[in-house]
Amino acid sequence: MFVTARQASGKPPLFCRAQAASFDFWTGWRSYCLQIAYNAIYSARAELLPEDRMFKQALFAIAVTSLSSQAILAQELDGTLKKVKDSGAITLGIRTSSGPLSYLDANQKVVGYHIDICYKIVDAVKAKLKMPNLKVTEQEVTSQNRIPLVVNGTVDLECGSTTNNADRQKQVAFAPTTFVTNVRMAVKKSSGITDLDQLSGKPVATTTGTTSVALMRSHEKGKNVDFKEVYGKDHADSFQMLESDRAVAFVMDDNLLASNIANSQNPSAYAIVGPALSTEPIAIMLRRDDSQFKALVDDTVKGMMKSGEINKLYTKWFLSPIPPKNSNLNFTMSEQLKAAIANPNDNPAESYKK
Amino acid sequence: MHYHWNWGIFFQQVSSSDDTFFNWLMIGLGWTLAVSLSAWVIGLILGSIMGVLRTVPNRKLAFIGTAWVELFRNIPILVQLILWFFVVPELLPERLGLWVKQDMPAKEFITAVLALSLFTSSRIAEQVRAGIQSLSRGQSYAGLAMGFTQAQTYRYVILPMAFRIIIPPLTSEFMNTFKNSAVSFAIGVWDLTFVSRQMVEESGGQVIETLTAATVLYFLCALAANRLMYVIENRSRVPGLIVAK
Repeated sequence: MFVTARQASGKPPLFCRAQAASFDFWTGWRSYCLQIAYNAIYSARAELLPEDRMFKQALFAIAVTSLSSQAILAQELDGTLKKVKDSGAITLGIRTSSGPLSYLDANQKVVGYHIDICYKIVDAVKAKLKMPNLKVTEQEVTSQNRIPLVVNGTVDLECGSTTNNADRQKQVAFAPTTFVTNVRMAVKKSSGITDLDQLSGKPVATTTGTTSVALMRSHEKGKNVDFKEVYGKDHADSFQMLESDRAVAFVMDDNLLASNIANSQNPSAYAIVGPALSTEPIAIMLRRDDSQFKALVDDTVKGMMKSGEINKLYTKWFLSPIPPKNSNLNFTMSEQLKAAIANPNDNPAESYKK
Repeated sequence: MHYHWNWGIFFQQVSSSDDTFFNWLMIGLGWTLAVSLSAWVIGLILGSIMGVLRTVPNRKLAFIGTAWVELFRNIPILVQLILWFFVVPELLPERLGLWVKQDMPAKEFITAVLALSLFTSSRIAEQVRAGIQSLSRGQSYAGLAMGFTQAQTYRYVILPMAFRIIIPPLTSEFMNTFKNSAVSFAIGVWDLTFVSRQMVEESGGQVIETLTAATVLYFLCALAANRLMYVIENRSRVPGLIVAK
């Protein structure tokens, strides 16, 4: 953002056009036009006819007021809130198959636990900016592009299922942890498998581009077992591998496993077994170094945790029948999540390692 | 844009692995080359056979060629790959199917090469047919009049000219094979696309650096194919045979 010396000193701009190049991008065309009006009226004032004068002066006063009110806002707001105020829209990043946090229902509408929380945050933004008609856009993201899209400003709030870890905190910031996932494995009950160590020499599925791939690698190294890893391009493909016996186990975040099982043809044939390979905090993602917006998001989420609203949402999505098949995940709240709700924090995954 | 640049990422070690990200990219490049070159060789052989079949007078043989081309050319490569991987093993006898699904060595690689080579062969067959049909019928008649059999006419008269004519489209096809091989990540081949997806995840979101590296490597593969075909085109040129200068 460029600020000329004259702007910084608070004096009105000399010429509109000279000013144009130094605009703050997000202030954009609205204030550009206002300034054109301001300059035009200011320079035309002397030549006004007497009967026109009062009207024109009133117009002048309006132009000055809106300019100065904008100046006050510009002082008060920065980062995402300023961007949202100026553009009149906020963009949520959504995932389409991260059940039950963010996924598509039967009508291809995005729903989920994180989506509900995000819309609570949107309500808080509307209240803060006094913009009840704020436009909300939903932008689909993938695990590949979610971080760049948040960083470059395409997405303001990512409401999928993103692990909060130390590496990512170099790029982005996270809301207080709203879910804690344990990486475990789904197997067919008929296989009798209960532990990863039984899988030596057997094909084990996981999804490309996920942290589970690295987890399996470190587990292999640590326990000196040798899986035959097979990789699905998304969770549906990985589950298909388990279903079609291409793999005897599917290693993934337990909520995603539960969601895939619930939506399968025969949910009772599968079980989630074994110890947790890893425990990871999942949180809503936002831009880094944006203290105003971060404070608003934190306050909203912490408020929901304090009021018990988050527990109601948890019950709605994890312990009740949910779309698209009206199946119940029966996924009781983990001790780690209870702790994260009792004591809201945005600690990275590294702090969950024992 | 407050992107956290880190071009040194390639020389950082991957956690819980002995490799650096650069090693990973080289492994990915290796599998991309292996899948593409295998598919190219098989595709070229099958495509040539099918292309010739489409032009022979025997109707049954011509039908086989046509059916082959239309089957493999009219289905997207990703769909074909998924069909070979998920559907075809279910049609096999149960024990054989289970062996293919679980114990067949290099099953992802073989499936990827199979799908990509069949897809490529259908496109090469069309180019071979076009090359053959661009020659005047007199060439074929002359060969037969010389006492050559149909097969000999193809071998000594028609194909040497037809293949020279279609080197430019074959060059594009060769380059396409490298680019099409990117779909093989979908069934879990550790190719460049797979590695770059995994690297984005495990490097903490260094997307731009990762994709730049993958882009450059794909570009170099295609460029190398292009230069190789250029050399072949020059070496195989027979002055005065076709429209050579």
